[in-house]
Amino acid sequence: MDAFTTPLLAGTATGALLLIAALGLALTFGQMGVINMAHGEFLMAGAYTTYLTQQVVTSTDLSILVALPVAFLVAGALGLLLEVAIIQWMYRRPLDTLLVTVGVSLLLQQLAKDVFGAQGDPVHTPGWLDGNIDVLGYHWPFRQMFTIVLAGAALAGLGALLRYTAYGRRIRATVQNRDLAETMGVSTRAVDRVTFFVGSGLAGIGGVAVSLISGTNPNLGTTYIISAFLVVVAGGLGQLRGTVIAAFAVGVVTAFFTDWFSSSMAQVLTFALVVVFLQLRPQGLFTVRARGLA
Amino acid sequence: MKQLQTWGRTWGPLLAIALVAVALLMVAPAVLSPFRLNNLGKYVCWAIAGVGIGLAWGRGGMLVMGQGVFFGLGGYAMAMHLKLEAAMASGGPDAVPDFMVLYGDGTMPGWWEPFRSGAFTLAAIVVLPALVAVVLGWAIFKRRVKGAYFAILTQALAVVFATLLVATIKQTGGFNGLNQFTQFFGYNLYDPVNKRMIYSIASVALVVCLVLVWQLYRSRFGELLVATRDAEERVRFLGHDPANIKLVAFVLAAVMASIGGALFAPITGIISPSDVDATASILLIAGVALGGRALLLGPALGALAVGFGRTTLSETFPDQWTYFLGLLFIVVILFLPAGLGSMWSQALGRLRSSRPTPTRASAPTPTDELEVAR
Repeated sequence: MDAFTTPLLAGTATGALLLIAALGLALTFGQMGVINMAHGEFLMAGAYTTYLTQQVVTSTDLSILVALPVAFLVAGALGLLLEVAIIQWMYRRPLDTLLVTVGVSLLLQQLAKDVFGAQGDPVHTPGWLDGNIDVLGYHWPFRQMFTIVLAGAALAGLGALLRYTAYGRRIRATVQNRDLAETMGVSTRAVDRVTFFVGSGLAGIGGVAVSLISGTNPNLGTTYIISAFLVVVAGGLGQLRGTVIAAFAVGVVTAFFTDWFSSSMAQVLTFALVVVFLQLRPQGLFTVRARGLA
Repeated sequence: MKQLQTWGRTWGPLLAIALVAVALLMVAPAVLSPFRLNNLGKYVCWAIAGVGIGLAWGRGGMLVMGQGVFFGLGGYAMAMHLKLEAAMASGGPDAVPDFMVLYGDGTMPGWWEPFRSGAFTLAAIVVLPALVAVVLGWAIFKRRVKGAYFAILTQALAVVFATLLVATIKQTGGFNGLNQFTQFFGYNLYDPVNKRMIYSIASVALVVCLVLVWQLYRSRFGELLVATRDAEERVRFLGHDPANIKLVAFVLAAVMASIGGALFAPITGIISPSDVDATASILLIAGVALGGRALLLGPALGALAVGFGRTTLSETFPDQWTYFLGLLFIVVILFLPAGLGSMWSQALGRLRSSRPTPTRASAPTPTDELEVAR
């Protein structure tokens, strides 16, 4: 039983982490066709925000809770800055945004190295997250469960935003048909900015969760960005459920492969699986059907 | 006058390639110290891979972000042979590379065995990357996966490849990679004359690749490739299969990267995961973007410039080099998407402003990639 529950539960936690990272990507990619390679560095910004918060709010029990909204704002502001300064000039060249954001990601990584040092800093786990619970032979750390709760909350929040608010309606309209939305009086430019802010902010929240597991590190973003993108690619664009399923699938499958073989072999096999999966569904799990000869 | 212009348009590129050949093969060896010449050789290897990227990305619209993998396949194939040559020179025909004794139990994995043969190694440098590119390209292009999806998949491939190399220290030297080669197909690698010979081989390879893509760009295939980049659906409606067209360009790019990697190993004396991972692949892209992705000489000259800049800047400002690279990406892609080389052709176009400029191959159109967004 142990050999089954351990990868399953640990993989679910990894999947939750991937989900938070991938939600923002799926949002910006689906809506604007922008591939933000600096998204991983927004995760890193969230992690460093957690570290800095702990320097200010010394009670570790409290600091994580303070860090969550702060990280959301910091990463969101970074994303907004990126959108306004660079990406808004490139909406007609989506593939090029990939390269520009690669440049941004290099800048941010080096900046983190220069400001915080190349070694990375430890983040203290609050007392109420210290410990574990015995689930069918696996001592499931509270930290991993916290990640899942956080991912659930992020998903619910994003879902509610998209479904019930006026902003959400505009976002959905823009995703489905940008030109038509514009015709109906939606300022798609303003919608783009909101989406970018929210999507990047989610990465900040993901960064808080990452920092609890592995501390801070200037290269933290690069660890997650590719897996997050694979999740987005496999999940399909424009709908959240594809991303959710793909994130947990990638997380759990990788955990099982890691358990059976090794962590490097797991990466190879997961990649191969995604390529094979794209043979079956080139558009990913779900996609928004839109008319038009593209 | 008109005749001269036509002549220039047909043979001008070849003349430019000839100038590059003269600069690399005659001027550089005469004026550079052996150390600098060896460095130049390293950049030439990157430039060979860059020519391939120019073909796949500039002309084909496929953003290949994992060329490091193919660079690495060639590099490691060559390095394995050189490693075995060094071992056999000191320890007899059954000797195994030193690191296998150091980290492992001194036995060699079976798939190393054929690399004792030089001929097999040379064949593998071409066949191995071609095979990988065919399988991956077939799977991706036939299912019409393209644009950003393709770019991300290739980058994921680079990440996976580097991870695999780092994890297999007993078989591939792991993080350290393969180094300490003593001879290159029987030639002593410590002799500067032989080093110069390898530099010349690399330069000739670059020139051959340039002539090859020049011919390709002039051919029907070149036209089709650009057409596929700009309007894939229309090419399909005309009865061609875009997947095949892209596959050919992708495989050619892979083989060029592999040849670059194969020469990189003896020139630098080392090949390690950091030469082939996602970051290395992105550096290859940087040169191509800087020079002009869709131009004939842009990718090669850009790669040379980035290689030179990397060495010089990281010598002077070891910590700030990454800032330069990051800014380079942002500035070039944002303001000069067609590369520095496009400025030159634009200036040329302005000189002959009486007639339309023939530089249409430089600006990629967005229609195709937007498809992903829908």
